Amino acid sequence: MSATDSSAGIPAPAPNDTNRRGPLAEVFFSLLRSGTFLTGLAIVMFWVACALFGEHFAPYDPLADDIINALAPPSAEHWFGTDQIGRDVFSRVIVGSRDILTVAPLATLLATIAGTALGLFTGYFRGIVDDVISRILEAFMAIPVVIVALLAIVALGTSKTTVIVVIGLSFAPIIARTVRSAVLAERELDYVAAAQLRHESALHTMFVEILPNVIPPILVETTVRLGYAIFAVATLSFMGFGIQPPSPDWGLSISSNYGMIGGGFWWTVLFDALAIASLVIGVNLAADGVHGAFND
Amino acid sequence: MALSLVTLFLLSIMVFLGGQVLPGNVGRAILGPFADQRAVDALNHSLGVDRPLLTQYWSWISNFIQGDMGTSYIFRSPVAPFVIDALGNSMKLAAVAFVLVVPIGILGGVIAALNLNRPLDRIISLGGLSVTVLPEFVTGIILILIFGVWLRWLPISAAWPRDAGFFTQLYYLILPSLPLFLVLFGYIARMARSGMIEALDSDYTRTAVLKGLPWPTVIWRHVLRNALLPTITVIATQTGYLIGGLVVIETLFRYQGIGSLIFTAARGKDFPVLEAGILTIGIVYAVATLAADFLYSVLNPRIRLGTDQ
Repeated sequence: MSATDSSAGIPAPAPNDTNRRGPLAEVFFSLLRSGTFLTGLAIVMFWVACALFGEHFAPYDPLADDIINALAPPSAEHWFGTDQIGRDVFSRVIVGSRDILTVAPLATLLATIAGTALGLFTGYFRGIVDDVISRILEAFMAIPVVIVALLAIVALGTSKTTVIVVIGLSFAPIIARTVRSAVLAERELDYVAAAQLRHESALHTMFVEILPNVIPPILVETTVRLGYAIFAVATLSFMGFGIQPPSPDWGLSISSNYGMIGGGFWWTVLFDALAIASLVIGVNLAADGVHGAFND
Repeated sequence: MALSLVTLFLLSIMVFLGGQVLPGNVGRAILGPFADQRAVDALNHSLGVDRPLLTQYWSWISNFIQGDMGTSYIFRSPVAPFVIDALGNSMKLAAVAFVLVVPIGILGGVIAALNLNRPLDRIISLGGLSVTVLPEFVTGIILILIFGVWLRWLPISAAWPRDAGFFTQLYYLILPSLPLFLVLFGYIARMARSGMIEALDSDYTRTAVLKGLPWPTVIWRHVLRNALLPTITVIATQTGYLIGGLVVIETLFRYQGIGSLIFTAARGKDFPVLEAGILTIGIVYAVATLAADFLYSVLNPRIRLGTDQ
């Protein structure tokens, strides 16, 4: 279990204040030139737009059933067909981005905050605090997130908040590991020694002195985690432990319709599956772009 | 070794907390909100969940180590046979996925590295990366639609007929193993590719070329041997993810493995089964990690067993 990972290669911005604008602006401009990032961003923004305004251009009410037209194949009237109780699949796919795009980013945000704090503490104090916390985090990472989440959600009961908290806390150790290894390198630098000589408090040194200098690896890790959070939320919803009915959420729709695909009703699941695939790939492309921008 | 044991111990505490402390009143949860309080108390007493936590943990974990995984709340029978059967089934599915993905993933990575930055490399790297990030149930659904519904080549459920022979079982396991294959392919190919690139760029490869060895010999004897070491570690660490994927895949394909056992237990709040299943997965993961460390040190004499990292 080595503590060094990808973040070790990420150069921290120069610690002197006069230069701080430079590298960040450079990262910003290299993001704008990155085809990977822009493609990913475009896909994500498309789904964000659907989440925000989908209701206004969805042809039907995504929750309105119409039993007579149940399981109708794609047609001019219903572009993506209808599901088993006659709901318009096209409208549901468009509005279905809403819950996952609320839950996954909030979970990622929680993971980032908790993971950054943990990483700063373990990296800064090292010693016994670090050993104990690192072992616990390692044990936590030894089992797949989906299974940790399953256990916690079953114990706590299903709700959006539970899903956010559980996924957020499951991802925190991974972010903590990245932050910790960045902090380990930073704390040896002169500006930290200077802060300590000025008798700044440990909290001040960690959050005011070190934190700004480890932002790049945190940003990269956060964008990567967002992809995994979407993966995890979709998977939990598919298994019935995530977003709950009657939400038109994609994973949930697949879970309630896939039992019938043996009967050839492919349209009830294919478009939801492609929607998840596009969102996950979009986020990962954007994350790849962010990673590239900080590393070049 | 010691590290794995510490990890397993901490995992067992987390599982214990998640399964026996967080749910609160187990008897109430099983009997429902309208059951008589005396019945709830009696059930709690017979399940042993009214004892102090430390006693509960100790009796749970010491029984577990001796092979007694407790009694299922739902089936009212010992958990261990369920877990062992399910683990066996999951191993079959995982084995099919591994047998497919390890050679093909390594081959993909090697081909990509030998064609560095050419279109073939781009296709393998980008393609591998794209399918790796997709949730298994998404690739699973798309594969079911293609091979099971449209082409009708493969059965869409992994539940084979009774008394099915080896090849029939294999036939039923191909489609379920494909989503796992896709997830793992990207990781393995990427590791093999970067290992190859590093080895191709090394001094010993240049020496081998300069002393006039034929190119295939250079690749086979000098590059591959060094390039594939890190890949072995990745393959072992992916076992954990593989098992996470099994929960979803086994549910999707109605396959009686450890994943669907955990899923069913989670649905029915059958905590003893849930705890036993998760702890078993933790043990499998720890064993796989140990095996990887061991294999790595056997293959790489520069690493000595016993020295940490």
